[in-house]
Amino acid sequence: MIRLTLKRPPAVPLEAEVLSPSLLAGLSHTEICGLHLYHGKRRMRVDEFFDVEGERSSTVDITGDLRRVRWLGRGMTDGTLTIHGSAGMHLGARMKGGRIEVFGNADDWVGAEMTNGLVRIHGHAGGQIGGAYRGSLRGMKNGTIIVEGTAGLEVGLRMRRGTIVIGGRVRDFCGLQMKGGTIILLDGAEIRTGAWMNRGTILSLRSLKLLPTFRFACYDNPTFIGVHARFLKPLGIRLPHAPTEGSWARYCGDFCVPGKGEIFIWHPAAAPEPAVSEL
Amino acid sequence: MLRITGGKIYDPASGINGEIRTLYIEDGRFVASGEGGRTIDAAGMIVFPGGVDVHTHVAGGAINFARAMTPEDHRRTQAFIRSQTRRSGLGGMAPTTFATGYLYAGMGFTTVNEAAVPVLSARHTHEELSDIPIVDKSSLVLMANNELLLDQLDAGEYERARSILAWYIRAAGSWGIKAVNPGGVAAWKWGGNAGQLTETVDGFRHVTPGTIVASLARMCHDLNLPHPLHLHCNNLGAPGNVSTTLETLRHLEGHRAHIAHSQYHAYGGDDWDTMRSATSDLADWFNTHDNLTTDAGAVLFGDTVTITADGPWQHLLYRLTGRKWGNLDVENETGCGIVPYTYRPGHLVNAVQWAAGLELLLLIEDPWKVFLSTDHPNGGCFWRYPEILELLMCADYRQECLRQLPDRIRSRILLPEIDREYSLYDVATAMSAGPAQALGLPRKGSLAVGCDADVVIYEEDDNIRRMFSHPRYVIKSGEIVIEDGDIRETPDGREFLVQPHCDPDTETFIRPLFEDCYTMSFDNYPVEPHRIPRAEIHHRPASP
Repeated sequence: MIRLTLKRPPAVPLEAEVLSPSLLAGLSHTEICGLHLYHGKRRMRVDEFFDVEGERSSTVDITGDLRRVRWLGRGMTDGTLTIHGSAGMHLGARMKGGRIEVFGNADDWVGAEMTNGLVRIHGHAGGQIGGAYRGSLRGMKNGTIIVEGTAGLEVGLRMRRGTIVIGGRVRDFCGLQMKGGTIILLDGAEIRTGAWMNRGTILSLRSLKLLPTFRFACYDNPTFIGVHARFLKPLGIRLPHAPTEGSWARYCGDFCVPGKGEIFIWHPAAAPEPAVSEL
Repeated sequence: MLRITGGKIYDPASGINGEIRTLYIEDGRFVASGEGGRTIDAAGMIVFPGGVDVHTHVAGGAINFARAMTPEDHRRTQAFIRSQTRRSGLGGMAPTTFATGYLYAGMGFTTVNEAAVPVLSARHTHEELSDIPIVDKSSLVLMANNELLLDQLDAGEYERARSILAWYIRAAGSWGIKAVNPGGVAAWKWGGNAGQLTETVDGFRHVTPGTIVASLARMCHDLNLPHPLHLHCNNLGAPGNVSTTLETLRHLEGHRAHIAHSQYHAYGGDDWDTMRSATSDLADWFNTHDNLTTDAGAVLFGDTVTITADGPWQHLLYRLTGRKWGNLDVENETGCGIVPYTYRPGHLVNAVQWAAGLELLLLIEDPWKVFLSTDHPNGGCFWRYPEILELLMCADYRQECLRQLPDRIRSRILLPEIDREYSLYDVATAMSAGPAQALGLPRKGSLAVGCDADVVIYEEDDNIRRMFSHPRYVIKSGEIVIEDGDIRETPDGREFLVQPHCDPDTETFIRPLFEDCYTMSFDNYPVEPHRIPRAEIHHRPASP
C-alpha cells in the first residue's frame, strides 16, 4: 500500500492528476516523491506536499484536507484510491476503472466523463457529478457513482450511460440534457429535474416538482428497476421495487427537446395519494 | 556564419535533387562561401528548404471563434508549459497563437499564409499573426462577397471596382485576395446561396458568380499582384460539384489562379448516397492548363473543427451533423460558419473525401501545381501533415489504409489503382518550393544564394511519418530554432504585405458609402502599416 499524507493544505489549487493508483503502481518510493504537481503555476515535487510511505502498489491511501487538491485519480484504470478527508474538484474525472472511496466530502465534477469504475463518496458532493465538461457532447459513459450525502447542480449533466445514486437532497437541473444512463435519487431533488433530457432514466423515492414539459404515462413496476435493485444491494443501497411495496409513476419528457427520457417517482403502497405536484 | 555540411540537399527551385553540398549562411541569407562560425554536420541527413503552407487558417475572428467553441478539445490536447524560451499554449484542433508557431516550426515549416481575412477583422488578425512566433506570415483578404465591390461590378464600373480592390488590399495589409463561394455568401444574408455560375446573385441585377470570378482574376493580373486569385469555388462539399468547379475554371479565361482545397470541389454523383470521387476530371484540367495551381485540402480521419467564410455550406453541415454551429455576419463583406466535425473511416462520404485528397496529390503530375494542405483545420490539423506524406510516399501503406475502409467505397474512388509514390524531391516541391512560387513570396522555398536561410534538416529514417514529424534541426532566417527536438529560440517572424497602385480618390469615394452602412468609424477601418510589427512591404506598380 502507498500512503500519502498531506503536510499542509495548499494555498491555491494543487493539480494532482499524477496521484492515480494506476500511475503510482509501477513506481518506486523515490520516483513517487519526484513526480511533479502544479501548485498554481509553480511546479512542485510530490514530497514537497505529501509524506510518502510505501511503493509499487495499486492501493493508495491519501489523508488530509484535500479540498484544494484537484484531479485525484484522473483517468485511473485500476486499483483502489481511498481518501480520508475531503477531496477537491474533478475527483476521478475520466477514470476508466478501479475504485475510489472518500471518507469525507467531494467538490464539483466527481467522475466527470468517466468510462468505468466505481466512485463512492460517504459525505456530500458538489455539482456536475458524472457530467460532460463544457463543450463536450457526452458525460460519463459507464461506471457507478454513489454519493451518500447531498449533491449540487447539474448532476449527470449530458451523461450517456452508467449509474449515479445520490442519498441526500439534490439541487436544480439534475439530469440536464441526459442522453442515457440512470440517476437514482433516494431523497428527491429541487427544481427542473430532467430538463432537456433526450433519453435516460431518473428514479426518485421522493416526490418531485416536475417541469410542465413532462407528462404522466402510467403506474408501473418495470422489471429493470428490480435489476437495478439487485445490482445496488451489495453496495448497501435498498431500492424498493416489488408490487407489494408500492408502484412507480412514470413520466415522459422532456418534450421541449423533444426527448424520450423517463422519470419514475415511487409511490409506497400505504400512501395511494399522488405525491406529485405536476406543473 | 553557419555552415551545413555533408547533407543531401533537396532544392527543387534550383533543380538540386539529393546532391551532397555545403550551405553557407550569413545574416539570415544563404551566401556562396564563408569561414568561421558554427558548422552543422548533416552527414546522413536530408536538407530541405523550410516548409511553406499556402493555405491555412491560424489567426483572426473565425479561428478564434472556433477556439472558443471547442473547450472540450483544450483539455485533452497537447499543452505547452511556459519555459525560458517558450510561452504557454495549447495544441489541438485550433491551436493558440504561440502554440501555432511552435507546432509549425517543430514540423519544419517556416512560412504560413493565412487564407481568409475580412477587412473588418484585419486588425485583429494582424495582432494574432504577430503573436505567432518563428514563422513568417502573409494573409489574403476576402473579396468575392464584398457589397461595395459587387455594387461597382453590377454597375459595370470595372476600373472603379479594381481601384476599390487595391484600396482594400492596402487597408487589410494583405498579400493577395481570396474569393470564397463568389456571390454565395452575399446571398446567404437572405438565406440563399449561389450554385450556378451564370445565375444572377440575390440582391444584384447583373452580377453572377462567373462574372465575379472573371473580374477578380483579371484585377489580380492588372494590379500586378504577386499571388493570383486564391479561389474557393461555389458548391463546396456538394455531391456532383466537379461540374461547377470545371465551369469556374473556364470562367477564369486563362488568367492565373490558385484553386484552394480542391479536394472539396472534386465530387461526382447526384446525392450523398451516390457521391463519388471525380478527381480525374479535375486532375486532367490541371495537367493540361498551366495558369493554375492548387492545394489538396486533404482530409484525415479524426476530430476537427471546420471554419470557412462559406456560411451556407456550414449551415448545411450543421444540419447534417446536428452538432454545434457558429455563424458570423461580417457586415457588408462576408460571413463565416464554424462546425466541429469528425471524419470517420466507416462513413462513405468521409472515406471518399479522404481518398479524393490523396488522388489529387497523386494524379496531378507536376508537383509544382499541387501542394500539401489540409485547409487547416478543415480537413485535419496542420500538425498532421507527416501522416499525409507517409500516405503519398508509400503505396503499400496506402493500400493497407484502404483495406480498413468499407468495401463498397472501392467503386467510388480511384486511389486503389494509383501506384505513384512521391520522391523526396516531389515532397520538397509540394511542401516548400511550389507553394512559395505560387504565393510569389520572394526568397522563400529555396536554398539558393540570396534566399532566406530557412532550412529543415531531417535524420534519414524508414519511418516517414516519424522523420517528417521530428526534424533534427530547423533553421529560420539563419537562426537555429529547433535542435534535437527542442525549441531553442523563438524569434519573431516577419509579415509580407503588398501595396498595389491605387487611385488617390478611392478613399473619398468609399468613405460616404462606408459611413452609410457600417457600424464602425471609417477612420478605424484600414489597418495602418506601421501597426503591423516587422512588416515587409512590397510596392507594386500597375501592369502596363
